[in-house]
Amino acid sequence: MIEIADVSLVDWSRAQFALTAMYHWIFVPLTLGITFIVAFMETLYVKTGNEEWKKITMFWMTLFGINFAIGVATGIILEFEFGTNWSNYSWFVGDIFGAPLAIEGILAFFMESTFIAIMFFGWNKVSRKTHLLATWLTAIGANLSALWILVANGWMQHPVGMKFNPETARNEMDNFWEVLFSQTAVDKWLHATSSGFVLASVFVIGISAWYLLKKREIQLAKKSILVAAIFGLVSSIYLVITGDNSTRTIANDQNMKFAALEGLYNGSEGAGLVAFGFFSDNSSDPNNENLKDFNLKIEIPNILSYMAFLDWNAFVPGVNDLINGNGKYGIMSYYDRIERGKVAIAKLTEFKEAQKAGNKELAASLKTELTSDDFQNNYFKYFGYGYFDDPGDLVPNIPLTFYSFHTMVGLGFYFILLFIFSLVFLLKGTFEKKRWLMRLAIISIPLAYIASQAGWIVAEVGRQPWVVQDLMPNVAAVTRISAGSVQTTFWLFAILFTILLIAELKIMFRQIKIGPKH
Amino acid sequence: MFENLSYLALQQYWWALISLLGALFIFLTFVQGGQTLLYSVGKTEGEKTIILNTLGRKWEFTFTTLVTFGGAFFASFPLFYATSFGGAYWVWLAILAAFVIQAISYEYRKKPANFLGAKTYEIFLVLNGLLGTILFGTAVGTFFNGAMFSLNDMNQVDWQTPYRGLEAVLTFHNVAFGLTAFFLSRVLGALYLIFTVNHEAIVARAKKQVLYNAIPFLVFFLYFLTRLLLKEGFAVDPDTGEVFMEKYKYLHNALQMPVNTVILLVGIVGVLWGILSTVFMNRTKGFWFAGTGTVFTIFALLLLAGFNNTAFYPSIYDLQSSLTIQNASSSKFTLATMSYVSLLIPFVLAYIVYFWRAMNRRKITEEEMQEESHVY
Repeated sequence: MIEIADVSLVDWSRAQFALTAMYHWIFVPLTLGITFIVAFMETLYVKTGNEEWKKITMFWMTLFGINFAIGVATGIILEFEFGTNWSNYSWFVGDIFGAPLAIEGILAFFMESTFIAIMFFGWNKVSRKTHLLATWLTAIGANLSALWILVANGWMQHPVGMKFNPETARNEMDNFWEVLFSQTAVDKWLHATSSGFVLASVFVIGISAWYLLKKREIQLAKKSILVAAIFGLVSSIYLVITGDNSTRTIANDQNMKFAALEGLYNGSEGAGLVAFGFFSDNSSDPNNENLKDFNLKIEIPNILSYMAFLDWNAFVPGVNDLINGNGKYGIMSYYDRIERGKVAIAKLTEFKEAQKAGNKELAASLKTELTSDDFQNNYFKYFGYGYFDDPGDLVPNIPLTFYSFHTMVGLGFYFILLFIFSLVFLLKGTFEKKRWLMRLAIISIPLAYIASQAGWIVAEVGRQPWVVQDLMPNVAAVTRISAGSVQTTFWLFAILFTILLIAELKIMFRQIKIGPKH
Repeated sequence: MFENLSYLALQQYWWALISLLGALFIFLTFVQGGQTLLYSVGKTEGEKTIILNTLGRKWEFTFTTLVTFGGAFFASFPLFYATSFGGAYWVWLAILAAFVIQAISYEYRKKPANFLGAKTYEIFLVLNGLLGTILFGTAVGTFFNGAMFSLNDMNQVDWQTPYRGLEAVLTFHNVAFGLTAFFLSRVLGALYLIFTVNHEAIVARAKKQVLYNAIPFLVFFLYFLTRLLLKEGFAVDPDTGEVFMEKYKYLHNALQMPVNTVILLVGIVGVLWGILSTVFMNRTKGFWFAGTGTVFTIFALLLLAGFNNTAFYPSIYDLQSSLTIQNASSSKFTLATMSYVSLLIPFVLAYIVYFWRAMNRRKITEEEMQEESHVY
């Protein structure tokens, strides 16, 4: 009754979702941040009445418009792909997951689309103050849009606020506030939006630096750097705090992901943090190709334990502790979890068959058993593990997760330095004399995008094979369709998005070259 | 408040909201219809610019309504979302692709170094208008004619044709609704131009287009409606949940839900008045009559599909897999929670209307295209 999709279908479906999500995420972070930067600039214009600020506002708004259009284009596919490619998921958890998506549409998207039209076309139609309000509401609307989808994502990483209903064979929400205010969801939103603020700040500083290097638009560039460096610095502090919180929630709720992003195979007390490391091609465990040796690593003792549990000597479980279990620290092995998951699936199958056969008495007693607290906490909790036989399949791609995580964190700290240097030299009036800094600022733009994408690789690759943590693996979530169909649409979208991206970049570069309207 | 309502009442409330969103979306496809008129109404570059700037300030409403329609469907009837989107894979992805190419076209068409050239972006807009409306309309047609799927015990969908939904075009009744949506969108698009633009040539040509498109619209719509009222429908036994075929089901629905039928008729009269008053009486506000009429008509049609013990997404492969507002809905808790959120809809509508009026206070002219800082 419970059928599992073949691997190539799962891989192509994942590839298509990753393609869409990553393309979409090229454009979203800039939108999240630059709308605020533009709103600050316009506020300065309205306060001071200085036309220079209006010119600056309108210049960045033009770049924002180019970026926004393609963000919208890639976003619509993403929303519907939950249904088109993950239809079994859509039913299994639609009762919880659908609500944030609907709220996003009703509350956030309409706000964004109403006020963005005023922001672009309203200069001569509404009063100065109304226009400023529209700009602020666009920024707030964009960031609220991100809230709801990240609540949904946070819920997949750490499902709360629901119970399983055997009748409908799905999870049903029983506490909306738990879903909305789940620590994972809140951290995710704050971390993702503030990463957008940082990316947008780097973008503004980089382009302004290019102008300074070319000795043009001096006023615009300096004023823009001032706004962006302050905004970027404040956002970075926020980014670090929310990132730090996120690590702790991951360590508690997704310990396999945590082990993966630290490349920690064997757990220990007072675990050290690998600040820098390279994997070799050799497996450290012949039974599991995901476990690679480190060729080189620089480790800082005890930091990992503190990061994860705020205790220098706490035990941090590694991949092997999770797979094989660790009695001393009360960790149930993946072998046991698989057994329990299989019991849960068998019980549900039995219930469905009793129902079909019209055996009401048996069905009723099975239902009581299925929904009992004991069964829920000891068996159903591991439902998703029942789809697997080999615990090795429950380990994500460790090198990819590890490298992505370290790239993201490293670049995050680098941007803080960039903001500090930019601000210091700007205030000293020597920014435009430091050619190295201007060049550095320009090449920092692609780095910001790399850091941002790496963040999502950590979040999504690191939790594989789970679509909903512990409950639903990707093999059970995917739409049953031929792998060939998904392969075809993958390439169609890959080509379409790439063409659109080229167009976007060309237009963007040209607009930067043209500069503000005088 | 909402938790005191019965489960069925909540399911009906949400079906009504979905129907309203669907109806608003069809109304807002005036943007799509207008795009397909680009070459027949706009002859010079300046005229095309006026047309695209007129429509371009509203395209996001249509787009957002589509996205919200999808999200709200997911939240309130997740089994439909899973079944139809996962099942009729090719249809939905084709519709989405048609909207992807729209989203960038306005912004990129006139920009220097735009890689594909202005003409390509214009063709994208025409394609969006053509495919977006016809395919969406055809997909809605399957609400009345059924689709080829089955569901297993776990409510997982298996589609029974390799065409994944594209086979809907083989049923003419579906296509008739697709074409109805297409010609209606062109009528509405032309009416919107007449209502908003202050440019003699554009208005004169748009007026002709209202007439040219109203005729096929009426032919397809009347065919669709008559056939609907005469055909067998997918009825549900309220006690057992069993789905069975009932002769004249939709006619019965129309007779048993008189208020809904009045809404339908008022809607049709509104659309007709919008068209006639523009073509024969030289009025310029036909857009509002036809637009409101469209919302009424589509709303009432969608209620016919889902209310009164009817399966709104029937399976012609396995009748008992058919979706009804009862077996496809979210849990009572989720529907009640979402209903509180829905209380904000009037507020959202209010600010949309307020700012729409603020932005449309003056008619669009050639001069404005030169003064405006942000031109598509």
